[in-house]
Amino acid sequence: MPQSASTVFPKIYLYRRVVQAKLFIDTHYHQPINLDAIADEAYFSKFHFIRLFKATYGKTPHQYLTAVRINNAQLLLKTGMPVTDVCYAIGFDSVSSFSALFKRITKKSPSSWQQAELKRAAVMKKSPLNFIPNCFAQQNGWTQNRNFQQQEEPVVADL
Amino acid sequence: MITKMNHVSIFVLNQESAYDFYVNRLGFKVHTDASMGPGMRWLTVCPPEQPGLEISLMAINEGMMFKEDAAEQMRALVSKSTFGFGVFECNDLLATYEELKAKGVEFTKKPTKEFYGFEALFKDDSGNWFSLGEKAK
Repeated sequence: MPQSASTVFPKIYLYRRVVQAKLFIDTHYHQPINLDAIADEAYFSKFHFIRLFKATYGKTPHQYLTAVRINNAQLLLKTGMPVTDVCYAIGFDSVSSFSALFKRITKKSPSSWQQAELKRAAVMKKSPLNFIPNCFAQQNGWTQNRNFQQQEEPVVADL
Repeated sequence: MITKMNHVSIFVLNQESAYDFYVNRLGFKVHTDASMGPGMRWLTVCPPEQPGLEISLMAINEGMMFKEDAAEQMRALVSKSTFGFGVFECNDLLATYEELKAKGVEFTKKPTKEFYGFEALFKDDSGNWFSLGEKAK
Protein backbone atom coordinates (compact mmCIF):
# COMPACT_ATOMS: atom_id res chain seq x y z
CA MET A 1 0.00 0.00 0.00
CA PRO A 2 1.66 3.28 -1.03
CA GLN A 3 2.13 5.91 1.67
CA SER A 4 1.30 9.56 1.11
CA ALA A 5 4.04 12.19 1.17
CA SER A 6 2.74 13.86 4.32
CA THR A 7 3.25 10.71 6.40
CA VAL A 8 6.59 9.77 4.84
CA PHE A 9 7.88 13.37 4.88
CA PRO A 10 6.55 15.14 7.98
CA LYS A 11 8.88 18.11 7.36
CA ILE A 12 7.22 19.03 4.08
CA TYR A 13 6.65 22.55 5.43
CA LEU A 14 10.42 23.09 4.99
CA TYR A 15 10.04 22.39 1.27
CA ARG A 16 7.19 24.85 1.04
CA ARG A 17 9.38 27.63 2.48
CA VAL A 18 12.28 26.85 0.16
CA VAL A 19 9.93 26.68 -2.82
CA GLN A 20 8.36 30.01 -1.84
CA ALA A 21 11.85 31.56 -1.69
CA LYS A 22 12.61 30.16 -5.17
CA LEU A 23 9.35 31.52 -6.56
CA PHE A 24 10.15 34.90 -4.98
CA ILE A 25 13.46 34.96 -6.85
CA ASP A 26 11.68 33.89 -10.07
CA THR A 27 9.32 36.87 -9.90
CA HIS A 28 11.56 39.55 -8.30
CA TYR A 29 14.89 38.81 -10.05
CA HIS A 30 14.90 42.29 -11.64
CA GLN A 31 14.81 44.03 -8.27
CA PRO A 32 17.60 44.35 -5.74
CA ILE A 33 17.20 41.08 -3.81
CA ASN A 34 18.53 40.75 -0.32
CA LEU A 35 19.08 37.05 0.28
CA ASP A 36 19.28 37.65 4.03
CA ALA A 37 15.75 39.07 3.88
CA ILE A 38 14.54 36.01 1.97
CA ALA A 39 16.06 33.74 4.61
CA ASP A 40 14.36 35.80 7.33
CA GLU A 41 11.07 35.67 5.46
CA ALA A 42 11.35 31.89 5.27
CA TYR A 43 12.12 31.70 9.03
CA PHE A 44 15.54 30.21 8.42
CA SER A 45 18.98 31.23 9.55
CA LYS A 46 20.97 32.36 6.53
CA PHE A 47 23.26 29.32 6.54
CA HIS A 48 20.41 26.84 7.08
CA PHE A 49 18.52 28.49 4.23
CA ILE A 50 21.48 28.32 1.85
CA ARG A 51 22.09 24.67 2.72
CA LEU A 52 18.45 23.68 2.18
CA PHE A 53 18.19 25.70 -1.04
CA LYS A 54 21.32 24.11 -2.48
CA ALA A 55 20.20 20.62 -1.46
CA THR A 56 16.92 21.22 -3.28
CA TYR A 57 18.02 23.05 -6.42
CA GLY A 58 21.70 22.20 -6.74
CA LYS A 59 22.64 25.91 -6.60
CA THR A 60 23.01 28.46 -3.81
CA PRO A 61 20.31 31.15 -3.80
CA HIS A 62 22.83 33.61 -5.23
CA GLN A 63 23.88 31.22 -8.02
CA TYR A 64 20.21 30.57 -8.76
CA LEU A 65 19.41 34.30 -8.89
CA THR A 66 22.26 34.77 -11.36
CA ALA A 67 20.95 31.92 -13.54
CA VAL A 68 17.43 33.38 -13.53
CA ARG A 69 18.77 36.81 -14.49
CA ILE A 70 20.82 35.41 -17.38
CA ASN A 71 17.87 33.30 -18.61
CA ASN A 72 15.66 36.37 -18.61
CA ALA A 73 18.39 38.40 -20.29
CA GLN A 74 18.37 35.85 -23.11
CA LEU A 75 14.60 36.18 -23.49
CA LEU A 76 14.88 39.98 -23.70
CA LEU A 77 17.84 39.86 -26.09
CA LYS A 78 15.74 37.66 -28.39
CA THR A 79 13.22 40.51 -28.65
CA GLY A 80 15.94 42.80 -30.01
CA MET A 81 16.19 44.97 -26.88
CA PRO A 82 19.53 46.84 -26.69
CA VAL A 83 22.11 45.16 -24.42
CA THR A 84 22.29 48.15 -22.05
CA ASP A 85 18.52 48.14 -21.55
CA VAL A 86 18.57 44.39 -20.96
CA CYS A 87 21.29 44.81 -18.35
CA TYR A 88 19.22 47.23 -16.27
CA ALA A 89 15.94 45.38 -16.90
CA ILE A 90 17.24 42.21 -15.25
CA GLY A 91 18.60 43.94 -12.17
CA PHE A 92 22.27 44.61 -13.00
CA ASP A 93 23.82 48.03 -12.31
CA SER A 94 26.87 47.66 -14.51
CA VAL A 95 26.92 46.74 -18.21
CA SER A 96 30.51 45.52 -18.02
CA SER A 97 29.79 43.14 -15.12
CA PHE A 98 26.65 41.92 -16.88
CA SER A 99 28.53 41.31 -20.13
CA ALA A 100 31.37 39.51 -18.38
CA LEU A 101 28.98 37.26 -16.45
CA PHE A 102 26.87 36.58 -19.56
CA LYS A 103 29.97 35.58 -21.50
CA ARG A 104 31.24 33.36 -18.68
CA ILE A 105 27.95 31.44 -18.66
CA THR A 106 26.99 31.33 -22.35
CA LYS A 107 30.50 31.56 -23.90
CA LYS A 108 29.31 34.49 -26.05
CA SER A 109 29.01 38.21 -25.44
CA PRO A 110 25.42 39.50 -25.11
CA SER A 111 25.64 41.29 -28.46
CA SER A 112 27.01 38.35 -30.43
CA TRP A 113 24.51 36.00 -28.73
CA GLN A 114 21.73 38.42 -29.69
CA GLN A 115 22.90 38.71 -33.29
CA ALA A 116 22.95 34.93 -33.67
CA GLU A 117 19.46 34.58 -32.21
CA LEU A 118 17.99 37.38 -34.34
CA LYS A 119 19.55 35.83 -37.42
CA ARG A 120 18.06 32.43 -36.52
CA ALA A 121 14.62 34.05 -36.01
CA ALA A 122 14.84 35.76 -39.41
CA VAL A 123 15.76 32.49 -41.15
CA MET A 124 12.93 30.74 -39.28
CA LYS A 125 10.48 33.33 -40.56
CA LYS A 126 11.73 33.15 -44.15
CA SER A 127 12.34 29.40 -44.42
CA PRO A 128 10.42 27.70 -41.60
CA LEU A 129 10.61 24.32 -43.34
CA ASN A 130 14.31 24.23 -42.49
CA PHE A 131 13.32 23.86 -38.83
CA ILE A 132 10.66 21.17 -39.25
CA PRO A 133 11.33 17.46 -39.79
CA ASN A 134 10.12 16.76 -43.31
CA CYS A 135 7.83 13.91 -42.27
CA PHE A 136 5.74 16.29 -40.15
CA ALA A 137 5.76 19.01 -42.79
CA GLN A 138 4.56 16.55 -45.43
CA GLN A 139 1.84 15.11 -43.20
CA ASN A 140 0.51 18.61 -42.65
CA GLY A 141 0.72 19.56 -46.31
CA TRP A 142 3.19 22.36 -45.58
CA THR A 143 5.68 21.26 -48.21
CA GLN A 144 3.08 22.13 -50.88
CA ASN A 145 3.05 25.77 -49.76
CA ARG A 146 5.48 27.28 -52.24
CA ASN A 147 5.85 30.43 -50.15
CA PHE A 148 8.01 28.36 -47.81
CA GLN A 149 10.90 27.01 -49.83
CA GLN A 150 13.40 24.65 -48.35
CA GLN A 151 16.91 25.87 -49.03
CA GLU A 152 17.76 22.60 -50.72
CA GLU A 153 15.61 20.01 -52.43
CA PRO A 154 15.62 16.57 -50.74
CA VAL A 155 17.85 13.94 -52.31
CA VAL A 156 16.68 10.32 -52.04
CA ALA A 157 19.36 7.67 -51.55
CA ASP A 158 19.65 5.38 -54.59
CA LEU A 159 19.51 2.01 -52.78
CA MET B 1 22.08 1.71 -34.93
CA ILE B 2 19.57 4.21 -33.56
CA THR B 3 21.34 6.37 -30.98
CA LYS B 4 18.70 8.73 -29.58
CA MET B 5 15.30 10.35 -29.95
CA ASN B 6 15.27 14.03 -30.87
CA HIS B 7 11.58 14.76 -31.57
CA VAL B 8 8.41 13.57 -29.91
CA SER B 9 4.83 14.83 -30.37
CA ILE B 10 2.24 15.69 -27.79
CA PHE B 11 -1.24 16.39 -29.16
CA VAL B 12 -2.83 19.46 -27.60
CA LEU B 13 -6.22 21.12 -27.83
CA ASN B 14 -4.87 24.67 -28.05
CA GLN B 15 -1.27 25.61 -28.88
CA GLU B 16 -1.39 29.05 -27.24
CA SER B 17 -2.64 27.59 -23.99
CA ALA B 18 -0.13 24.72 -24.28
CA TYR B 19 2.66 27.29 -24.77
CA ASP B 20 1.66 28.95 -21.50
CA PHE B 21 1.48 25.61 -19.69
CA TYR B 22 4.78 24.14 -20.87
CA VAL B 23 6.81 27.36 -20.85
CA ASN B 24 5.40 29.47 -18.03
CA ARG B 25 4.31 26.70 -15.66
CA LEU B 26 6.61 23.75 -16.34
CA GLY B 27 9.56 26.01 -17.18
CA PHE B 28 10.40 24.43 -20.55
CA LYS B 29 12.30 26.41 -23.17
CA VAL B 30 10.95 27.24 -26.60
CA HIS B 31 13.14 25.62 -29.25
CA THR B 32 11.25 26.43 -32.47
CA ASP B 33 8.18 28.55 -33.03
CA ALA B 34 7.56 28.81 -36.76
CA SER B 35 4.38 30.04 -38.36
CA MET B 36 3.34 28.20 -41.51
CA GLY B 37 0.34 30.42 -42.15
CA PRO B 38 -2.97 31.09 -40.38
CA GLY B 39 -3.72 28.35 -37.86
CA MET B 40 -0.55 26.45 -38.79
CA ARG B 41 2.26 26.64 -36.29
CA TRP B 42 5.24 24.40 -35.59
CA LEU B 43 5.95 24.80 -31.89
CA THR B 44 8.54 22.75 -30.03
CA VAL B 45 9.75 23.03 -26.45
CA CYS B 46 12.54 21.32 -24.51
CA PRO B 47 12.96 20.43 -20.85
CA PRO B 48 15.56 22.90 -19.47
CA GLU B 49 18.34 20.31 -19.15
CA GLN B 50 17.52 18.35 -22.30
CA PRO B 51 17.92 20.74 -25.26
CA GLY B 52 18.33 17.83 -27.68
CA LEU B 53 14.78 16.53 -27.23
CA GLU B 54 12.21 18.72 -28.97
CA ILE B 55 8.67 18.14 -27.79
CA SER B 56 6.34 19.17 -30.57
CA LEU B 57 3.07 20.61 -29.25
CA MET B 58 0.84 19.49 -32.11
CA ALA B 59 -2.55 21.12 -32.51
CA ILE B 60 -5.33 18.64 -33.21
CA ASN B 61 -6.84 20.45 -36.15
CA GLU B 62 -8.58 19.15 -39.22
CA GLY B 63 -6.09 19.08 -42.06
CA MET B 64 -3.12 18.93 -39.66
CA MET B 65 -2.44 15.18 -39.87
CA PHE B 66 -6.12 14.56 -39.09
CA LYS B 67 -9.26 14.22 -41.17
CA GLU B 68 -12.37 15.90 -39.74
CA ASP B 69 -13.78 12.87 -37.91
CA ALA B 70 -10.36 11.77 -36.66
CA ALA B 71 -9.64 15.25 -35.28
CA GLU B 72 -12.95 15.27 -33.44
CA GLN B 73 -12.33 11.82 -31.97
CA MET B 74 -8.77 12.73 -30.99
CA ARG B 75 -9.86 15.92 -29.25
CA ALA B 76 -12.45 13.99 -27.28
CA LEU B 77 -9.93 11.32 -26.27
CA VAL B 78 -7.26 13.86 -25.23
CA SER B 79 -9.70 15.91 -23.16
CA LYS B 80 -10.80 12.70 -21.38
CA SER B 81 -7.17 12.12 -20.30
CA THR B 82 -6.87 8.96 -22.36
CA PHE B 83 -3.18 9.41 -23.12
CA GLY B 84 -0.13 9.25 -20.91
CA PHE B 85 2.74 10.61 -22.96
CA GLY B 86 5.77 9.94 -20.82
CA VAL B 87 7.79 10.26 -17.66
CA PHE B 88 9.53 13.50 -16.69
CA GLU B 89 12.36 13.62 -14.21
CA CYS B 90 13.30 16.19 -11.57
CA ASN B 91 16.02 16.44 -8.95
CA ASP B 92 13.63 16.85 -6.02
CA LEU B 93 10.07 15.62 -6.37
CA LEU B 94 8.62 17.24 -3.27
CA ALA B 95 9.98 20.66 -4.16
CA THR B 96 8.89 20.35 -7.78
CA TYR B 97 5.45 19.17 -6.71
CA GLU B 98 5.04 22.16 -4.37
CA GLU B 99 6.24 24.58 -7.04
CA LEU B 100 4.04 23.25 -9.84
CA LYS B 101 1.04 23.06 -7.52
CA ALA B 102 1.63 26.73 -6.61
CA LYS B 103 1.62 27.49 -10.35
CA GLY B 104 -1.76 25.81 -10.78
CA VAL B 105 -0.68 22.48 -12.26
CA GLU B 106 -3.26 19.77 -11.57
CA PHE B 107 -1.87 16.63 -9.95
CA THR B 108 -3.85 13.41 -10.07
CA LYS B 109 -1.45 11.64 -7.73
CA LYS B 110 0.56 13.21 -4.91
CA PRO B 111 4.24 12.30 -4.51
CA THR B 112 4.13 8.66 -3.46
CA LYS B 113 6.78 6.08 -2.62
CA GLU B 114 6.03 3.13 -4.87
CA PHE B 115 8.01 -0.10 -5.12
CA TYR B 116 9.42 1.12 -8.44
CA GLY B 117 10.29 4.63 -7.28
CA PHE B 118 9.05 7.98 -6.02
CA GLU B 119 6.47 9.48 -8.36
CA ALA B 120 3.57 11.86 -8.83
CA LEU B 121 1.15 12.23 -11.76
CA PHE B 122 0.01 15.47 -13.33
CA LYS B 123 -2.03 16.60 -16.31
CA ASP B 124 -1.30 19.27 -18.87
CA ASP B 125 -3.87 21.91 -19.87
CA SER B 126 -5.29 19.61 -22.58
CA GLY B 127 -5.71 16.53 -20.39
CA ASN B 128 -2.56 14.59 -21.32
CA TRP B 129 -1.04 13.03 -18.23
CA PHE B 130 2.57 12.47 -17.24
CA SER B 131 4.48 10.74 -14.51
CA LEU B 132 6.98 12.88 -12.64
CA GLY B 133 9.79 10.97 -11.00
CA GLU B 134 12.79 11.88 -8.92
CA LYS B 135 16.30 11.32 -10.23
CA ALA B 136 18.02 8.54 -8.29
CA LYS B 137 20.36 10.06 -5.69
